[in-house]
Amino acid sequence: MRTFGSLLVRGLIVGLFAGLLAGTFAYVMGEPRVDAAIAIEEAGAAHSHDHNNDHADSAEPAAQEDEPLVSRDGQRAGLFLATSLYGVALGGMFAVAFTLLRRKLRTGNDAYAALGLAAAGFIGIVLVPFFKYPPNPPAVGDPDTITRRTVTYLLTLVIGLLAVWAGVALSRWAARYGDVARLAGGVAGLVATVVAAYLILPRINEVPETFPATLLWQFRFASLGTQATLWLLLGFGYAAAVDRRLVRTKVAAA
Amino acid sequence: MAAPASSVAVPALSPKVLAAALLSVGVMLLLAYLVGFDQGAVSRSGMYLHELMHDGRHLLGVPCH
Repeated sequence: MRTFGSLLVRGLIVGLFAGLLAGTFAYVMGEPRVDAAIAIEEAGAAHSHDHNNDHADSAEPAAQEDEPLVSRDGQRAGLFLATSLYGVALGGMFAVAFTLLRRKLRTGNDAYAALGLAAAGFIGIVLVPFFKYPPNPPAVGDPDTITRRTVTYLLTLVIGLLAVWAGVALSRWAARYGDVARLAGGVAGLVATVVAAYLILPRINEVPETFPATLLWQFRFASLGTQATLWLLLGFGYAAAVDRRLVRTKVAAA
Repeated sequence: MAAPASSVAVPALSPKVLAAALLSVGVMLLLAYLVGFDQGAVSRSGMYLHELMHDGRHLLGVPCH
């Protein structure tokens, strides 16, 4: 039997490592794209006077150019801080979710339960927001709409988790009609919720006409890869962390 | 398919465990907020932490400027 404390600590440690490795992925795959986007942003800021841009729009990049609060090298190092802290936060919440939901997951294997939760989290927290509001590199996005974009992003995240829940609920209901119905029910519950939400939520596209399509694609792919790395390691790491304890407990009890 | 309770890794959901879980979620949300959304209001570091974690925020998919 595990205490909540031991489950939580495992989540925090696994999250830290997952975050560090996701940071490594982001550093290798993402940083070159961020650099390229910042170069475009700075080139755009230099020409923004003959644009009908907002006052704040042209003033902010200029102020950053003059004396940046954190250098680019500092931001590259800060990337690891950000992904690590985010990993720890996710790992902690993952451990809480595991504690609260474990008994509702219909498997006798704790490792499978952890993997299932990670898959659910990745779909709800990463994939559902990603396809509605794909992440944008620097130079994309109007600072005046940041509040709106933040709220809609958080909404998609909550809806994503609700959609996963709807999928699970429908698949359990449909299970009485057989295995195929169970799978179809799960997919239907998930997809129906997501499609309805996508239709209702506002469309936001602030990508400038001149922003290179290839760079945008590469950045978004790197962002998805970063988050996939984090969730993959979190899921398998936590599965291993609870599995090993299970074995040890059995040995101790024997 | 329900496993016998003894093989499940989690403790019984006593009020104490639930309170600890709730508290943990609060702390974790605060941490995620610091990475994803804070602009100095909570960290009291001005924009320093915000700028430091700028690249991570972009690559973790959080909306940013």
